[in-house]
Amino acid sequence: MISQTQSPIIEIAARGLAPVIQLLGIYVFFHGHYGPGGGFQGGVLLAAGVLLLRLGIGASHSQAQVTSKSTVALCALGAFIFAGTGLVAILWGGDFMDYAYLPVQWLEAADLRYYGILFVEIGITIAVMTGLIAIYDDLLGIGNAGNN
Amino acid sequence: MKLLQFLLLATLGSILCYTVLDMPPRGEIDAPASRMESPVGTPVAGAYYIQHAYEDTHTPNMVAVVLADYRSVDTFGEVVVVFAGVMTCFFVLRRRRP
Amino acid sequence: MLEIIEGYYAYFFLMLLFVIGLYAMMMKRNLMKKIMGMSMIQSAAILFWILSAFKEGATVPILDRAISLDNPDLYLNPLPHTLMLTAIVVAVVTLGVSIALAVAIYQNYNTLDERELLARMEEEK
Repeated sequence: MISQTQSPIIEIAARGLAPVIQLLGIYVFFHGHYGPGGGFQGGVLLAAGVLLLRLGIGASHSQAQVTSKSTVALCALGAFIFAGTGLVAILWGGDFMDYAYLPVQWLEAADLRYYGILFVEIGITIAVMTGLIAIYDDLLGIGNAGNN
Repeated sequence: MKLLQFLLLATLGSILCYTVLDMPPRGEIDAPASRMESPVGTPVAGAYYIQHAYEDTHTPNMVAVVLADYRSVDTFGEVVVVFAGVMTCFFVLRRRRP
Repeated sequence: MLEIIEGYYAYFFLMLLFVIGLYAMMMKRNLMKKIMGMSMIQSAAILFWILSAFKEGATVPILDRAISLDNPDLYLNPLPHTLMLTAIVVAVVTLGVSIALAVAIYQNYNTLDERELLARMEEEK
């Protein structure tokens, strides 16, 4: 449906810029404990990298990074990681999302909360990144049945 | 009809600009949301988060702590909203097979 | 007078942005322009919350060892930042859903003009 672009400038620029944007997204996500950043911002930056590839080198060639079929399933997986962190806390006797009850014995409560925040933000990142890619793919009709 | 709508919008704008004068001015330190205690004597959430975030979680970024620990159920609701929006786009725009 | 302008000019601009967005939603006939107006209203609301978190002379809400925690006036209020962080992403998703609905309408009726759509719907009854 969407043909590959003919301009080599746009293609080279998209190929060069997209990994840098994604690296910046991963940095913003993992540095979210110590500086401005976190799951939402990192997820949006990762999605921006993939969408730049979708725009620059065409929809069919950019399927190698994130396929259109897997986006909705990955979005559900992100929400499930988020909810699962809270459910594990329930199973070990705490309230929903009370990370102090996560089943790691040798850590004190404050450090457990530190790692609980990390797990929750992993879920947020996956959900937001794949969610934005899925909305873009649906709007342009990429990945529909028999129309890849 | 169009004139009436413009008048309505102008009235709304002037009412908003007039009522906003009752808010604390920009950057005021003594605003109710920035104090340690609210006017009725209960502790204010912002000051509590600033003072207790690091000792509760050992995480320096207070926004991340409020986002993922103190108000994590709220954030869970937001993620569910994102997922619901994705599913809405998926079902509205999915190619119907003839 | 100068004090009022200095303390409240940001509020006035945000109210202006809100009214412009409402103008686009009320009076424009194209559905895409209405969606743009909705996005402007969301931006005005988000910036209004961020404005309420600002304190004169405070730093960003990230722990700095050199600044003591006893006086919370030295850090910005983290609560509005958090709420608006989630609200921005949800605003993007609602924008996506509304554009998806506009695309579906365009596929069915081949127009985005509101009056033409209403006339087309009357015909089909």
